[in-house]
Amino acid sequence: MESIVRNDLHPAFSMRGITKMFGTVLANDSVDFEVLPGEIHALLGENGSGKSTLMNVLSGIYRPDDGQIEVYGELKEFRSPGDAIDSGIGMIHQHYKLAEAMTATENIVAGMKKPPKNSGKKDDVLRTDILRYASRSPAKTQQKIIEFSSRFGIEFDPSIPAGQLSVSQKQSVEIIKVLLRGASILILDEPTAVLTPQEAKKLFSVLRKMAAQGCAIVFISHKLNEIMALCDRVTVLRKGQSIETCTVSEIDAYDLVEKMVGRKINLSINKPDPDPERRVCLDVKGLTYSDSKSVPKLDNLSFTTYYGEILGVAGLAGGGQKELCESIAGIIRPQQGDILVDNERIAGLSPRDITQKGVAMCFIPEDRLGMGLVASMGIEENILLKEYALTKGPLIRMKDATTKAEQIINELEIKTPGLKHPVRMLSGGNIQKVILGREIHLNPKLMIAAYAVRGLDIHSSYTIYNLLNEQKQKNVSVLYIGEDLDVLIDLCDRIMVLCQGKNMGIVDASSTTKEEIGQMMSGTTLEELKRGVSYV
Amino acid sequence: MFRITKKESFTKAEAIIYRLFGFSVGIIFSGIIIAALGYPVFKTFISLAEGSFGSSIAIRNTISFLIPLSVTALGLSIAFKMRYWNIGGEGQILMGATAAMGVSMVLPSGMPGPLMMLSMLVAGFIGGSIWALIPGFFRINMKTNETLFTLMMNYLAICFVQYLYFELWRDPAKKGFPGIQDIPFRARIPYVSGISLAILAPLIIVLVVYFLIKKTKLGYEIRVVGESEPTAHYAGMNVKKIMFVGVMLSGGIVGVAGAVKLMGSTGTLSSSLGGGAGFTAIVIAWLANLSAPMIVLVSFLIAALEQGAQFIQVRMGVPAAVADIVKGLILMSVLGSEFMLRYKILFGVHTASKKLEERASVDPTMQDSDPESEVVEDSI
Ligand SMILES: Nc1ncnc2c1ncn2[C@@H]1O[C@H](COP(=O)(O)OP(=O)(O)OP(=O)(O)O)[C@@H](O)[C@H]1O
Ligand SMILES: [Mg+2]
Repeated sequence: MESIVRNDLHPAFSMRGITKMFGTVLANDSVDFEVLPGEIHALLGENGSGKSTLMNVLSGIYRPDDGQIEVYGELKEFRSPGDAIDSGIGMIHQHYKLAEAMTATENIVAGMKKPPKNSGKKDDVLRTDILRYASRSPAKTQQKIIEFSSRFGIEFDPSIPAGQLSVSQKQSVEIIKVLLRGASILILDEPTAVLTPQEAKKLFSVLRKMAAQGCAIVFISHKLNEIMALCDRVTVLRKGQSIETCTVSEIDAYDLVEKMVGRKINLSINKPDPDPERRVCLDVKGLTYSDSKSVPKLDNLSFTTYYGEILGVAGLAGGGQKELCESIAGIIRPQQGDILVDNERIAGLSPRDITQKGVAMCFIPEDRLGMGLVASMGIEENILLKEYALTKGPLIRMKDATTKAEQIINELEIKTPGLKHPVRMLSGGNIQKVILGREIHLNPKLMIAAYAVRGLDIHSSYTIYNLLNEQKQKNVSVLYIGEDLDVLIDLCDRIMVLCQGKNMGIVDASSTTKEEIGQMMSGTTLEELKRGVSYV
Repeated sequence: MFRITKKESFTKAEAIIYRLFGFSVGIIFSGIIIAALGYPVFKTFISLAEGSFGSSIAIRNTISFLIPLSVTALGLSIAFKMRYWNIGGEGQILMGATAAMGVSMVLPSGMPGPLMMLSMLVAGFIGGSIWALIPGFFRINMKTNETLFTLMMNYLAICFVQYLYFELWRDPAKKGFPGIQDIPFRARIPYVSGISLAILAPLIIVLVVYFLIKKTKLGYEIRVVGESEPTAHYAGMNVKKIMFVGVMLSGGIVGVAGAVKLMGSTGTLSSSLGGGAGFTAIVIAWLANLSAPMIVLVSFLIAALEQGAQFIQVRMGVPAAVADIVKGLILMSVLGSEFMLRYKILFGVHTASKKLEERASVDPTMQDSDPESEVVEDSI
């Protein structure tokens, strides 16, 4: 990609010597960071290295203990996110905060400020217009918003309630929202963690258009291929310190990882052979489920998993993966079909009975914290969540949980100041390791890992792949639901492709290709592929 | 412009200093008012203290105030931990007392006292929990708003007791005056060296509640449900059952407060038996941050103030309104210090408290909503 970095420009913003402490945790340690207008600049670092903190400082949410911020050459001191947005800095957080019942338009207009007269910014007229129409003519407001969005190639229907938008559309709404408040510096904190690869591609083209129009963009991601494809420069953080800023075209992914972790690490998945006995663990027969609005989610789905094997599940977002997991774990009740583990029926049992039958699930929802963890409790009490029910008597056993928590913290290298430290204060990746560690420690027969590496840094992702492989070698049957096709192919033994709740076929990972899986994901069955028929 | 931010943490010493400071500010302000109204400041405060702890009668009265307040607040705190807003304490107190009263009327009068008292306590528990479970049932199964429902149940309970008072349980021996007979003497909680054994109720219940919440599976479940129902569901908890049991315990303990009040002090049932304890207890529970031991402490403070305020009316001839102001000011200042302890207010850029950690900020004048800023209730 052509580089648009020009050195004669003033930086859009520059942060110097930023230091931020949380209690005893040094989240940012004298960090320097600057981004030029028209540049897409990646911020890379392991989980807990202080990326979000740094950006929260820039967007006025936290105040730094030390250091200074200059925006377009002017020294600034932000006391609230409002101050930052007035200086043109807008942040898109990983968890969107839209009023679900209000339409996209209402969400965008709410909180918009009238631009100061003669501020000279180019979209002032448009913003004044939108505000003027807002109360009187929703249709005209929407028209204006659509016009504005199309400039960046963003498409969504501004008249529907935000609650009904898909994750990627919500993200678009958030982007438009900050742009319309006059942001010319845009911070995106892991915007692609919850997007499908297709949606991510769309987002990239939007970001490129914005950069071409002079916006400065900070892009946080753990996916190196995205950084290589999208960004101009990259700044690496390690343990709260800024290590280096490099031009992307002059560096390769391996160097980046080394800078990030501080030493060479092995980034290959070492795939052990599956158990040749092929004993059936999970047997799903004709599973059919429609949600409360009678939208079909699972359609006559049948498959089996074997002990000592990893079965991958690929599919577009909303293809029934979540419902499949929840049916197996007993959280929802499919209308038809049967689920057997070791030839024993588990369909219809309570989630707890299913856990007792040896089924563990690690499902990382889009908002990470929403399910599976209790935000204000510490790690040990979160470890208890699944286990407390398995012990006898009416009392909880804190001692066991404490020992286990310590063990999990060591094994998965979870960064926390203490066992009782509320998990909501951990960094995103560390939060996730807590869930995974807990489920693995249940010693299950069947381990469901859904989106287990969502938001994890590369190093931790590989730790998790290795953990899953260890489970496989212990003869656990692993069901891995993922989005990254490369990883699915490298990690799994077989891959099942879902499309609208149907099983499109199960392919052998050693002989399949990404293209084949891609075609199946969009609705061609394996048999049709073999016969040479294709609808796409 | 200013903004309020939640503090990351505070030390024990800070906590004590802030609270003492708040208390002193309250004393100073009410002192100014007392002086302005022409009463001797020093003497008034001495009387205030005398009224709450100065004599054995004073202490006894303070304790008798403390008992229903703390027991009720302990009961309510269980529901609050589940984010179930039980505002129906007053009604549950009354219905607990009513059930205990009813039992005392049907039990054979020759029954041994302790057995009779035990049956009345159990009846009080059942009465309170049934009254709490009526709105609870609708909340759990139909997602009705429990705040309104429990609130209305208070008025229903008052009307019901009035009906008993004037009609159904009217005591013919009262020669035409309305009223319900006294409970048998042997059902009254005895005094040991001047102190009512009813004090055992909060002492036992605080241990029970503390143990329940911290050490039992049920208590753990209650905390998880309060934090996030989806998580509880994912973990395989039966949320409905937990809520049901939680509400039952909450109402039951509040009901016991009613029974204890009946057996320990009033001796008979009337619609004023609750005396507003059901509402004051809500404040106490939150002031104590839903921590069981703190609830007893806060109840003690409030009971002492209440008692002292009544005493200065009698002793110093201070009008009731002024006594209320004194009480209110002290309470407000303590509440205020609690707020200052947990939050800090930032005015300029250079705040003295820059060292203290802020973690999320809330700006009242800001239109922007950002996900990092939380105005979450304190973690429990
Ligand atoms: N509000 C907070 N209170 C206390 N500690 C915090 C808070 N926010 C972050 N931290 C700590 O600061 C460090 C940096 O966290 P931060 O969220 O910035 O990491 P990150 O680089 O964004 O990680 P991730 O990739 O996992 O999102 C972590 O150790 C985290 O536990
Ligand atoms: Mg982060």
